Amino acid sequence: MSTTVTTAAAPRVFGSGIRRREDPRLVTGTARYTDDITLPGMVHAAILRSPHAHARIRKIDTARAKASPGVLAVYTAPDIEGHLKPIPCLWLVPNTDLKIGTYSPLATDTVRYVGDCVAVVVGETSYQAYDALELIDVDYEPLPAIIDPEKAAGPGAPQVHADIANNQAFHWTVAGGDVDAAFKSAEIVVKDRIIQQRLIPTAMETRSAVAQYVPATGELTLWNTTQNPHIVRFACSVVTGIPEDRLRVIAPEVGGGFGSKIAQYPGEFLAVFCSKKLGRPVKWTESRSENYQATTHGRDHIQDVELAATRDGRITGLRCTVWAGMGAYLSTAAPGIPTILHGLMLSGPYQIPAVKEDVYGIYTNATPVEAYRGAGRPEATYMLERLIDRLARELQMDPADVRRKNLIPRFDNGFDVVTGLKYDSGNYEGALSAALDRVKYKELRAEQARLRKEKKYIGIGVTTYVEICGLGPSQVAGAVGFQGGLWESAIVRFHPTGKVNVFIGASPHGQGEETTFAQIVSDELGVSVEDVKVVHGDTDVTPMGWGTYGSRTTAVGGAALAIATRKIKDKAKALTAHLLEAATEDIDYAGGKFFVKGSPDQFKTIQDIALLANIAWNLPQGMEAGLEATTFYDPPNFSYPFGSHVAVVEIDAETGRTTLKRYVAVDDCGPQINPVIVEGQVHGGVVQGIGQALWEECVYDENGQLLTGTLADYAVPRADQLPDIEVLSTVTPSPNHPLGVKGIGEAGTIASTATVYNAVIDALAPFGVKGLRMPLTPERVWRAIQEGQKGA
Amino acid sequence: MNPAEFEYYRAGSLDEAHRLLKSHPGAKLLAGGHSLLPLMKLRLARPSAVVDIGRIAELKGISFKGDTLRIGALTTHAEIASSGDVALAAPALAEAAAWVGDQAVRNRGTIGGNVSHADPASDLPTVLVAAGASFVVVGPRGERTTEAADFFQGLMQTSLADDEILTAVLVPAVKQDEGAAYVKFSHPASRYAVVGAAAFVTAPGGTCEAARVAVGGLVPRPIRAASVESALAKQKLSPETIEKAAAQVGKDLGDDLLGDIFASAEYRRAVAAVYVKRAIAAAADRIRR
Repeated sequence: MSTTVTTAAAPRVFGSGIRRREDPRLVTGTARYTDDITLPGMVHAAILRSPHAHARIRKIDTARAKASPGVLAVYTAPDIEGHLKPIPCLWLVPNTDLKIGTYSPLATDTVRYVGDCVAVVVGETSYQAYDALELIDVDYEPLPAIIDPEKAAGPGAPQVHADIANNQAFHWTVAGGDVDAAFKSAEIVVKDRIIQQRLIPTAMETRSAVAQYVPATGELTLWNTTQNPHIVRFACSVVTGIPEDRLRVIAPEVGGGFGSKIAQYPGEFLAVFCSKKLGRPVKWTESRSENYQATTHGRDHIQDVELAATRDGRITGLRCTVWAGMGAYLSTAAPGIPTILHGLMLSGPYQIPAVKEDVYGIYTNATPVEAYRGAGRPEATYMLERLIDRLARELQMDPADVRRKNLIPRFDNGFDVVTGLKYDSGNYEGALSAALDRVKYKELRAEQARLRKEKKYIGIGVTTYVEICGLGPSQVAGAVGFQGGLWESAIVRFHPTGKVNVFIGASPHGQGEETTFAQIVSDELGVSVEDVKVVHGDTDVTPMGWGTYGSRTTAVGGAALAIATRKIKDKAKALTAHLLEAATEDIDYAGGKFFVKGSPDQFKTIQDIALLANIAWNLPQGMEAGLEATTFYDPPNFSYPFGSHVAVVEIDAETGRTTLKRYVAVDDCGPQINPVIVEGQVHGGVVQGIGQALWEECVYDENGQLLTGTLADYAVPRADQLPDIEVLSTVTPSPNHPLGVKGIGEAGTIASTATVYNAVIDALAPFGVKGLRMPLTPERVWRAIQEGQKGA
Repeated sequence: MNPAEFEYYRAGSLDEAHRLLKSHPGAKLLAGGHSLLPLMKLRLARPSAVVDIGRIAELKGISFKGDTLRIGALTTHAEIASSGDVALAAPALAEAAAWVGDQAVRNRGTIGGNVSHADPASDLPTVLVAAGASFVVVGPRGERTTEAADFFQGLMQTSLADDEILTAVLVPAVKQDEGAAYVKFSHPASRYAVVGAAAFVTAPGGTCEAARVAVGGLVPRPIRAASVESALAKQKLSPETIEKAAAQVGKDLGDDLLGDIFASAEYRRAVAAVYVKRAIAAAADRIRR
C-alpha cells in the first residue's frame, strides 16, 4: 500500500498485529458484565415506563403493587424529591440560547416520550419486580405528540416542555467566507433535502447498574455499563448528593456503547436511590425492549442543503439549515453533536471558500438522542458527499474527478479550514488514488456501462472524507461549552519483578487498548507485551479520565501513556548513571538496555532498574523510591483521520433489492499500533454505516409509538449481507501526537453510509433517480425504478 | 425480559402430555420454545401452564415409509436442513429449513412447533402446502391425518384442537421428472419471509404436466397459487411461459395482503410474482432427467 511517510527505526511490537488479549475471556463467555455481578442481599429494581409519547399524569396508585409478593418498595416522583436532582446536560454549547427542559429521573406531572420513567419497583427477585409493574395504576391524560423536528419547530405544534417556546432547545450558527456572494455568482447550484433518519445504537449488552450503598460508611459502589466511569462518578455525585470521595464507579466488561453509554440516565441513579433507601444492594438491568425505547438514539436530522459551484466542477459555497431532533430531553452530550461535531466539519476534505449552517436543536416526543458512532460527522460527510455526486451528475462529470478537483492538497503540519478548525495533517488525494487503483476504477466504469446494456445495474460509490476526533484540547472543550476537560491520564507502575501495571483514566469497551497500550509500553521500555497489564474502568483505582468516545482513547490516552513511559525512561537513565558512575546525559537506551554511550556491554535492563528502584538500597541523593510515572496529557489539537472508500453494489431491478458486491476502505489514522485491531475497527465502523444506508431506521407513528421496538423490526446488519471488506491504509502521522497516531474508531461509519448510498443512486441512474430517502429499502428502490420506467 | 408466572410440567410420553393438557386447561405445549418463549417474555402470551414435550422420544427422527418421508414433530430445523434423506426426497423442505431464523434458532426450533404456531411468514408451512404434505395429529379421540392445506386456517390458527398434539409430518418424496424449490425474500430484521415461494413442477420432456405452487408471507396463511398452476399446465417450460404463469399469482392472493413498514401490500404483490417465477424456474432446473 502507498505509504506517505515511513518511520525510521522500525519498532518491534508497535505495528504488529498481535492477538487481542481481551478476546479469550470474551469468546469463552467468562467475561463479567454488570449484570453478572451478584452481591449478598441484593434486590432487583424494575422501571415502569410511559406507554404514551405525551401525557399528563393525573394520578398514580401504587397500593396493589406494594402489596404484591416480594415487593420491598414502589417509588414515584414525590419519593425522590430532595434525594435525586434532575439529570444534567453536560455540553452547554454557548451563544445558542440553550434552553434545558427539566429531565427528572421520575416524571413529575408529564411524560414526554414512550419510555419516560414513571415509577420504580424493588423486589426480592426481578420476576417479582416485573410482576408488580403491572399492578401500578396510572391515570394518564393523553396529549398530542410531535415526532418530526421541523414540524415541532413550527407554529401550533404540541409543546414538549411548557416553559420552552417552539420546542427550540438551541439555535447554533457557523459561517466562514462570503456565502451569499458565492451563491450569487454561482454558475450552478444543486439543492437537496436530506433526512438523516433516527437510528438505535443496539449495543449487544443492554444497560445495567448495581448500586451498593453502605449506610455505616456512607460509601457507594456503583457498577455501571458506561463508556466514562469518571463522568458517571461526577454526575452521580451531583444528582444523588453523595460526595465524590465516597463514590466508586466501576465499569466492568462493557458490551459495546457506540455513544449510547456516554449518557447519564435515570436507571442507575434510581438504583442508587433505592439502595440508599433500603440499605441493600440493588440491581437494575434493562430488557432489549426498554433499551430500544429508552437508551439514547442517534442522528435524526432534517437537512436543507445547497451547493454552489462553477461549471467546471469547483465548489464555491455550501449553505444549509438543519433541524436536529433532540428527543424529549437533552442527553448528556447531545447539544454538541449536531453543532460542534457536525457543523465545524461542513467543508470536509475540500477547499470550499464559503460555508454557512444554521442548526436548530428541537425537542420532540421521542427518545433523547446522543452521540452515535461518528456523532455528527457522518451527518456532515453524508450531506456533502451526496451533494457532490449530485453536482457531478448535473455537470456530467465523473464523481471522482469532481472530488479530486476540490481536495485540499497534501499538508503535513496544519491547514486552516473555513469553519475555523486547523486540520493536523492530510493526504486526501493519496487515499482517493489508492481506493480507485484498488478497484481499477476506469475498468469498473467500463464494466458498468457494458452491464447496463444487459439490463444489469451495478453502481459505484466513491467518497473522500476527513473527520475530527481525538477529543480534544480542554481549552477548546471549555470554549465550546463542554462541562469538563478532555485530557487523559496514565500511570505506569513497575513492580519489583519487572512486571508493569498501566492504569488509565479512559474506559475501553471493545476497542482493544488492553492490547495496544501494552504494545506501546513494550516498545518504549523494552518489556515483553505479556509483562504489561492495563487496568481501566474503576474510579478508585485509576486516575481521572474523561472516557472512551470520539475516537480519543488512543489519540489522547495513548499519548499520555507514551509520555509516562518516557518519564520512566528518564528515571531509569538517572539510576543507571548512578549505578554505572556516569553522567545521566551519557546514558543511552537501546533494545531494552540502559548503558553508557560507547560501552553497550555494561548495561542495566529496565527489569534491573525496576528491582533496584523498588528496593531503594542504593539510590542517588534526592531520587524517590519506586519506578512509577503519571501523566495527564492535554492534546494541543484534535486529530483528523481521513480516507477514501469505494462501494460496488448491484440492484435487482425486479425487486429493488441491493447486493453489496465490493467494499474498499482506505483509511489513514497515522502509524498503526496494531493493524489487526485497526482493521477490526474499520470493519465494525463500515458495517454500522452501511446499516444506516440500507437497513436501519427507528420509526415512530404519528402518536409517537415506537414501531421498531424489537430486533424483529429494527434491522441491524448481519454477516451474510456483507462482502469481505477490503481494508487498506495510507500513513500520514499527526504532527501533534507523540506517536503520530490518530483515532480510527468511527472513521468507517463516517465514510460508509455516503459511499453505499452513492453507489445505489449511481446504479439507479439509468432510471433517472437523483436521490432517495434512507434506508434504501427494496421497496423504496423498487418504487423509484417503477417511476423511472414510467417516465422513460 | 421476564415472563408472567406459569407452571411448568415435563411430559415423558405422549400419553402423559395428553393427561397434563387435560388437567391444566389453557396450558401451552413447549417444544423448541422459539415461538412460544419470545411471546411469553414480551408478556404477549401468558399461559397458566407450559407442558414441555421436548424429550418425548417417539416424536423425534426422520424415516421413510414407502415413498413418504415421515418427520417427527420434534425434529429440529437444523436436522432437517442437514439430513441426506430430506435433501434427496424433499429438497425444497431442506432448503426452507436452512432459511429459518439463524443457526441458534435452527438448533432448537422444531418442525412441529413451527407449523403449530402457524405464522404466515414462516417458511416450512409454505413448502409443506406446496409439497402436498400431511400432518399426523393425536388427541383423546385417537389419531387423524390432515392435509397441510387444511391444517393452516388463518393468522396463527390451525385445525389443531386444544387437546390435540401434532406428532409427525408426512412429506411425499419428489418423483421422477419432478423438481422442487423454495425461494425467499427475508425480512432483514426478523428473517421471516416477506415473500416465500415454493414450487413443485413435474415436466417430462420439458412440458409441464403438473405443478404445485404455494406462497407465504402474503396473506394470513400459506396458500396454493391455483391460477399460476393452471397457467403452467401443458406449457413447454421457458423463461417466457414461466414468467407469464407467475404473473397470475395476483389473482390467487385476493385483496387483503399483509403489509408493514418494511414492505407494503402493493409491493409484496408485485414481488410475489418475481419470487414465484424464480421458484418455478429453480424447480424446473432441478428436474432429474
